[in-house]
Amino acid sequence: MGTITLMVNGQPRHFDGDPDQPLLWFLRDGLRLTGTKYGCGVAQCGACTVHLDGRPVRACSVTMAKAAGKSITTIEGIEQGGALHPVQQAWIDADVPQCGYCQAGQIMATISLLKRTPRPTEADLAAITNLCRCGTHVRIKAAIADAAKRMERKS
Amino acid sequence: MSAVTMTRRAFLQVSVSAAGGVMFGLPRLASAETAPTAGGQIGLFVRIEPDNRVFIGCRNPEIGQGVRTAMPMIIAEELDARWEDVTVEQLPLGLVPGPQGLTWKFGDQGAGGSTSISDAWDDHRQFGAAARAMLVAAAARTWRVDAAVLRTSEGRVLHADGRSLRYGELAALAATLPSPAGPLPVKAARDYRIIGQAKRVTDCRDIVTGRANYGLDTYEADAVVAVMSRCPYFDGGIDSFDDRAARAVPGVIEVLVVPGPKPGEPLTQNLAPGIAVLASDTWSALKGRAALKVDWARGPHAAESTQSFDAQCAALLAKPGQVVRDTGDIGKAAGRAVAATYSVPYASHAPMEPQNCTVQIDLVNQRARVIAPLQQPGGVPRLIMNITGIPRENTSVQMTRVGGGFGRRLTNDFVAEAVHIAKLSSKLNGRPLKLMWTRDDDLRHDWYRPAGHHRLSTVVDAGGAVQAWHHKLASASKYYRRANVKAEDLWTSELYPDDFPANLVDNLRLEWCAVASGVTRGSWRAPSHWANAFAVQSFVDEIAHATGQDALQLRLNMLGEPRSFPYGQHGGPSFDTGRLAGVLKKVAGEIGWGRTLPRGRGIGLACHFTFGGYAAHAMDVSVSPTGELKIERVVCAVDVGQPINLLGIEAQMQGGTIDGLSAALLQEITVKDGRIVQGSFAEYPILPLADAPKIDVHIIASSASPKGCGEMGIPTVAPALANAIFNACGVRIRRLPMKAQLRVAMQKA
Repeated sequence: MGTITLMVNGQPRHFDGDPDQPLLWFLRDGLRLTGTKYGCGVAQCGACTVHLDGRPVRACSVTMAKAAGKSITTIEGIEQGGALHPVQQAWIDADVPQCGYCQAGQIMATISLLKRTPRPTEADLAAITNLCRCGTHVRIKAAIADAAKRMERKS
Repeated sequence: MSAVTMTRRAFLQVSVSAAGGVMFGLPRLASAETAPTAGGQIGLFVRIEPDNRVFIGCRNPEIGQGVRTAMPMIIAEELDARWEDVTVEQLPLGLVPGPQGLTWKFGDQGAGGSTSISDAWDDHRQFGAAARAMLVAAAARTWRVDAAVLRTSEGRVLHADGRSLRYGELAALAATLPSPAGPLPVKAARDYRIIGQAKRVTDCRDIVTGRANYGLDTYEADAVVAVMSRCPYFDGGIDSFDDRAARAVPGVIEVLVVPGPKPGEPLTQNLAPGIAVLASDTWSALKGRAALKVDWARGPHAAESTQSFDAQCAALLAKPGQVVRDTGDIGKAAGRAVAATYSVPYASHAPMEPQNCTVQIDLVNQRARVIAPLQQPGGVPRLIMNITGIPRENTSVQMTRVGGGFGRRLTNDFVAEAVHIAKLSSKLNGRPLKLMWTRDDDLRHDWYRPAGHHRLSTVVDAGGAVQAWHHKLASASKYYRRANVKAEDLWTSELYPDDFPANLVDNLRLEWCAVASGVTRGSWRAPSHWANAFAVQSFVDEIAHATGQDALQLRLNMLGEPRSFPYGQHGGPSFDTGRLAGVLKKVAGEIGWGRTLPRGRGIGLACHFTFGGYAAHAMDVSVSPTGELKIERVVCAVDVGQPINLLGIEAQMQGGTIDGLSAALLQEITVKDGRIVQGSFAEYPILPLADAPKIDVHIIASSASPKGCGEMGIPTVAPALANAIFNACGVRIRRLPMKAQLRVAMQKA
């Protein structure tokens, strides 16, 4: 097997191991990008949501073979010029997290949603299937609405 | 506020920190720990740096309940610090040798029973006040004035002539002054600037940037990763296994057998026997585990199923049980009889972060180190001593941020497992070991919320007054395999003897029947309040309906005039009917109880006293002719005494409501062939984001001694929802979870 090369948060990274290894464990064990969380391993909870060529994927269910040549963005890679992404700022302002474990995935899913749907309706929120066990749903919704406004103003 | 009582300590010790600041520690701190530290672990103290930054330690683990914000708020208030200057640091477990043996230098560090705030209320205020007094004394010396004429505000000591000094400027001098004797006076509530305000989660920036460290984010140099294949059968074992393929996986270092508890014996360590796979990295360990071939022994409970459990409950309810409380004579009351039976299933905690534990064991030098997401760190040193013989004071325990607790991590079975593996390994050679559970491990091996059937019956007189109340519960007690358990613990943990309507109905009997089950049980958020509030608060509505009374008015009639009764269980010493009526009236008013609603629309109410807090829910729901439920609006109210952090309390009530809706509508752990059926979130769902209703939270202003809020938001959710559904469509749901049943019932109708 050959070396797999991929871009992670704008930097080229190389991987020589099992091509069936999920991207999640390369990010965490390999690169120590621990903001991407393990929650279920079978693409149900979304705690490991990252962007692959700009689209949201569950890193637990993308193999390294599939990630080869792709550009990956993790929660550690979304700050813009040292400033928080508007979605991150909206999360802080709405005081969303309780345990916080799922929130990086929620933020990555929200950034993707707002890219496709800048003014999401209640019905559009069904696109976010990330799970939150603490029940921060109400504040996530408030943060999404606030982030949409911020990003509209910015663009 | 009333006079201060010091529960733990009154005096401070002071020393100079490396950066020239002052640290306020406790007298029992070992000298090594009062010594200056730079960037390492620090004891329970306030540290003020010359640049005015205030570091406040948090002794309890943060599991999402908000203690890392609320507890330091109490200290910062009495310190008169600027909240913007405060940085919160997690304290490690503080078990240290003292004159009378080992002592807990930080006090109780567990996260359970919504006790962190109530436990901290006295000593944290004293701690802040004493630190403030030291800074005032330093200013008095600087200005050569009497300390009594000085005031403090927002991180400054103020002189009457307009001069002021910032705390950071006083820190070095304050460090050289003697400690004040306590107890010190504390602020009046009218002077609060931090307590009772809305403060955001202190670690929010770390969380949203992915920098917050949870247990699984522990990456120690040279650590070995372990995963385990556990016997899925209750009290089962390993018949035979073939690990050749597992050992052949690149990266796999070792495969070993971990023994489990013997059938029926107390569960004090790990939950189940199994086979551990140790590897250089997570993926290799998981691949190794997948390559194991194991034949499990099915154990003594192989015939158990959810159906057999339900049949057992039904049979037990027909026979006499253990009387838990008996006042008056329920047989004597005359009037209209009403009865109903409710049931709740087993439930799993399913925190987002699965169980995990990093341990390093040095058997030669008798030292151990644990880094883990814990709710009861205090039990870890003894657990390690029991397994390895390492003295308790030689174990260090570091609590990470915790990816959800809900009661799951009150038991350190996963720590025991990691320690067993580390002890049994012949390849580890003193390296750290990180044990990781997968999601299916977590769902299939839990301390499940007990399942049970509740038979409620009552006699109502011609005036509508409840004259007799009989609550008979057949359940699988959570304490069934606890070590040194007293017999009455088995039932008083299932039916809290002083709960509503005890003392409010003249003839009242609570009765419990023990159900045999191999399912391992434990404490799930608000333990038995969840099941009992569902049964009791649903039944009150059923009584109201059967006797033509208003459900709000019947509750208020039963609660009667505001008065206090003794409450002997956790959350006591007293239960105040007026405070419970207060939250109930609040939600009823806010939701518009009594207004006319269209067909298919209904409002339901419920109220309950949980661990010292009073909470009520009102739900406004629509039910379609095909049984599709829409929750239009939720209103809840909570009275936890003096509120500490308004944003934190609101979060707990919102979260409790969502958690309650997931459990009431969707979640059920079932049993087949002596093992748990569910192993994924597809089988054990959480309420989707889009389904979350609007939730209004009302926090009752109070000057009563504060309580926590982690559990108050959940018990009233299921009954309020069941009552709302009944009022919307006439379908009474008496078994949880409700969602599928509602569809079936509506389609039959």
